[in-house]
Amino acid sequence: MFRFLALRSLRALLTVAICVSAVFIALRLAGDPAQIMLPSDTPPDVVAYYRDAWGLDRPLAEQYLRYIASAVRGDFGLSFADDRPAFAAVIEALPKTYLLGSSALMLALLIGLPLGILAALRHNRAADRLAMAVAVFGYAIPVFFLGILLILLFALKLRVLPSAGSDSLWHLILPTVTLGLPLAGRLARFARTATLEVLGKPYIRAARGRGVMPLGVIIRHALPNAAVPLLMFIGIEIGHILAGSAVVETIFAWPGIGRLLVDSVSTRDLAVVQAVIFTVTIIMVGANLLVDVVHILIDPRLGGFSRAVGKQA
Amino acid sequence: MSTVSLSSAPATAVRVAKNRMSPVVTLSAGFLLVVVLVALLADWLAPLPYTAQNLAARLKPPLTESGGTTYWLGTDQLGRDILSRMIFAVRTSILIAVMGTLIGAIFGTMLGFIAARLRGFVDQAIMMLVDAQAAIPALFLALTMLAFFGNNIVLFIILISIDGWDRYTRLARGLVVSEQESDYINAVEALGAGPSRVILRHLLPNIAAALVVQATLNFPGTILLETSLSFLGLGVQPPGTSLGLMLGEGRRYLLNAWWIAVFPGLTIFLTTLSMSLFGDWLRDRLDPTSERH
Repeated sequence: MFRFLALRSLRALLTVAICVSAVFIALRLAGDPAQIMLPSDTPPDVVAYYRDAWGLDRPLAEQYLRYIASAVRGDFGLSFADDRPAFAAVIEALPKTYLLGSSALMLALLIGLPLGILAALRHNRAADRLAMAVAVFGYAIPVFFLGILLILLFALKLRVLPSAGSDSLWHLILPTVTLGLPLAGRLARFARTATLEVLGKPYIRAARGRGVMPLGVIIRHALPNAAVPLLMFIGIEIGHILAGSAVVETIFAWPGIGRLLVDSVSTRDLAVVQAVIFTVTIIMVGANLLVDVVHILIDPRLGGFSRAVGKQA
Repeated sequence: MSTVSLSSAPATAVRVAKNRMSPVVTLSAGFLLVVVLVALLADWLAPLPYTAQNLAARLKPPLTESGGTTYWLGTDQLGRDILSRMIFAVRTSILIAVMGTLIGAIFGTMLGFIAARLRGFVDQAIMMLVDAQAAIPALFLALTMLAFFGNNIVLFIILISIDGWDRYTRLARGLVVSEQESDYINAVEALGAGPSRVILRHLLPNIAAALVVQATLNFPGTILLETSLSFLGLGVQPPGTSLGLMLGEGRRYLLNAWWIAVFPGLTIFLTTLSMSLFGDWLRDRLDPTSERH
């Protein structure tokens, strides 16, 4: 198992390295970094100063190593929006995105999971079709359209919820629903498939044959076995949540990293753009690594924690 | 006990039902057909040029008549006809999404074939790229590239194709690796067929169905990527128009003129919804290897 973990971590590190290198290559392909990174009205002598400071006249290999070294230190240069380190802007925005993302995930679990399991239990009956119709609507609706409809209804017509800002928990409601509902739709569909698969397994049929009540079968046998695919699903969905946050945070003026990225792209604040993309890569790769590790730990067939405990007992 | 017979009995009935289009799927296919026709015939269908301004008729609600023209879906802040703009926006959005999907599918499939045929170091390198791509959401990558290179339509289409190439690579590689082991490929190769013949005449036709299904299922996501970027003001630029751009512009006038944002939004929603429903049906029909319930 430790061999696997080591290999898996190495692979994750390599993925991050590839992404950082790709950003370096893209930045060089785009032209002179000093010209691109600095505001267009920068005096030539200032540009020359930065060319020297960033070592842009040195060999490409050396520049690349310096780039990697500063990326590892979290040093991506200064944001020219407010002259502070770009990474500081990201660190400040990160908790906001975390709050929004986790509450959206929670909402999705609360709605999507029961809906999907219910659909599987009522397979091919009216409740199943209704649940899946709701789910399809949920995941096909574009987040920006859903967000606009919610603002129109709850903020502009009914005037019960704020449409922009992050001052109170009330501000969290509309962005959470906007980000969470499509996720709930995908989750319901996924939970239905996973549950149906588990329900078809011989051990479930055996439990049913022994006369265990359907609800008992679900809780004792089906759910624990559906946990692993559910975990994998959440790992994949972190990407969707982050991508969705760019749009949702922009609509609702929620000061997270998605909005930070969109704003920095609009103003071509490249230091911040790089810091955001680096952070997002780390989060994504880290989340997937975590999912793999937990997967090993909870699935006894992979020789993880449970087997080790079993041996000791 | 009847509950014990959980499955397998009505298998033939399911098969027959699966091949027939349900009313919902028929409706979806019909809507998609209309969308494609609108995209193709935009020049003939639009009542007005999509840039024509009429400052006397700004922010008019749907079904307004002004100066002898009926604005069926209302006008925007510059007095432009929403219906005409939407017809051209559908053309732009569909064109970009189709081209993005094609480029991504062809590029991704080729890499999948290369990885599966060559194996070894090349295979490892390609799969590492796939992993790296999966580590950054396509929307973030596209935003970053737009920041570096500035906006132009060619770059924009290439960025749209980023969404999903890795899925085609993974899929094609997996399928080719397993097909290569099969008897008929061994037989064809033993008969002296060269690599290009094996690939083009035998491998590709046999995995094409799965690739087409993947493309169909990917398409809604591709449309959403384009419309999201345009919505954020970083995709299609004025004076061009796209469904996402219209929605983004209409956002500022929600309170007084909801129709500017809502009609384009509804069009995007119905398109992605129809494509998802149609794609699910196509997968059940064409791809016997995929899971279905």
